[in-house]
Amino acid sequence: MNDAVNLSRMRDPAFTEEVEARSGQNVSTCYQCGNCTAGCPAGFVYDLQVNQIMRGVQLGLKDQVLNSRSIWMCLSCSTCSLRCPNNIEVAGVMETLRHMARQEGRVTVPKVEKFWWSFLDTVRTFGRTYEIGTMVLYMLRSLRVTTDVDLAPGALAKGKLGFQPHTLPNGAEAISRIFTRYKERAQREGVQP
Amino acid sequence: MNFAYYPGCSAKGSSKDYEMSTQAVCKALDMHLVDIEDWNCCGSTPAHAVDISLSAALCARNLDIAARQKAEILLTPCPSCLSNLKMAAKRMEKPEFRQRVNELLDEPAAATFPPVTSVMQGIAQQFDMQALAARVKKPLKGLKLAAYYGCLMSRPAEVMQFEDPENPMLMENMLSACGAEMVDFPLKTACCGASFGIPERPMTAINSGRILDLAANLGVDAIVVACPLCQMNLDLRQKQAAKAKETTYNIPVLYFTQLLGLAFDLPKKELGLNKLIVSADSLLRKLVEEREDATKTTEGGRQ
Ligand code: SF4
Ligand code: SF4
Repeated sequence: MNDAVNLSRMRDPAFTEEVEARSGQNVSTCYQCGNCTAGCPAGFVYDLQVNQIMRGVQLGLKDQVLNSRSIWMCLSCSTCSLRCPNNIEVAGVMETLRHMARQEGRVTVPKVEKFWWSFLDTVRTFGRTYEIGTMVLYMLRSLRVTTDVDLAPGALAKGKLGFQPHTLPNGAEAISRIFTRYKERAQREGVQP
Repeated sequence: MNFAYYPGCSAKGSSKDYEMSTQAVCKALDMHLVDIEDWNCCGSTPAHAVDISLSAALCARNLDIAARQKAEILLTPCPSCLSNLKMAAKRMEKPEFRQRVNELLDEPAAATFPPVTSVMQGIAQQFDMQALAARVKKPLKGLKLAAYYGCLMSRPAEVMQFEDPENPMLMENMLSACGAEMVDFPLKTACCGASFGIPERPMTAINSGRILDLAANLGVDAIVVACPLCQMNLDLRQKQAAKAKETTYNIPVLYFTQLLGLAFDLPKKELGLNKLIVSADSLLRKLVEEREDATKTTEGGRQ
């Protein structure tokens, strides 16, 4: 879906304002030069290119932007920010959009979010992450039980897969309290943690 | 001299070899790395992808420990940890954000944190290139290498403050000081596909494949990296990348610390070279041959 953004849809100026306020970026200075898109290593899997996302934000096209696959596939590499002639922190805008989408429960690419939580769950439980824990949780969540099995023999032989969770004296409990407070606060604020 | 040190989670798993060689090289340079007590995961990409105050809280706990240990500087080998720790410290300069983070912590974090920098920059601060060259016992002569920094070392530029964000030269300078030939590597700060190797393999395979392709075309003996995730994508996932491009590669991917260690003539088993998936044997043989040639020439000269 790389054709132009459909302008006949609903426009939501409050959306534009919220993105600007939360990202701290002045999105209106974008003049669609396309530099961000030219350097984006994830563009080939995007439904809307990053410059189109920026245009969508300017125009207040909330649904198109927050439902896009692109905001989930962004690698956070910051190439776009570095090359924007108007010094817009484009990667920061992408991240803000991802946060806004998640908080509203819009998750267009669930497997990416499942991977994040598989990682974060090992951190919440052990205070540090370890490879096997993340992989197992991800396989369970995504039901993709063959994920990367082709890599296992090599990685195992080289002792490169962390099997044992790390043990920290006090850190594990302290970290799980951070996660608990985070989730409680999200609930209080009525957003998805 | 002692340095507060944050190893990062992968140091005990997928990047054991980075950790071993970092420790060995720093020890040889009399830089004593002391783990900060009871450190925890920085949250990596998933934490900031989910929420920046959660990410900052995970980082702030570590920064706070370093501050209370009165560390003057905190070193970390991993660019992803570095980026998260630096971002958290920068964002926490804003009182409202600091407040949101403190709400998540057991106790409010220290008012100021020690600066955080990469082990690479930490070494460069202590040793200029001449001083580094003076430490070389077995020059890397005959090796042709590509320095690959990945995206996190130098970006976002104002946070990372790492030379020219599109053309850093520190790794090239260090390894040239060790006698290696460094090629011009235009993809040196391109993204390898980061942590999408698990949920979205083609994205990582294609991005890593571009980097491997270029390195293969330039005929380098190895790609040199400073990031555990880049190393994993280019080495452990090298076959996946090759498959996506319907080709084969055989390019060793070493940490810069492993090469410094070879140049300092540190014992090989301390450098974790046997942990590489794509074997570095060809490179090691080349070094030995080069040295034998060099000895022959000098001996020849004496006759
Ligand atoms: S590089 Fe900047 S100005 Fe150009 S299209 Fe992207 S966001 Fe807009
Ligand atoms: S940060 Fe995201 S949008 Fe920007 S260049 Fe990288 S992958 Fe593309």
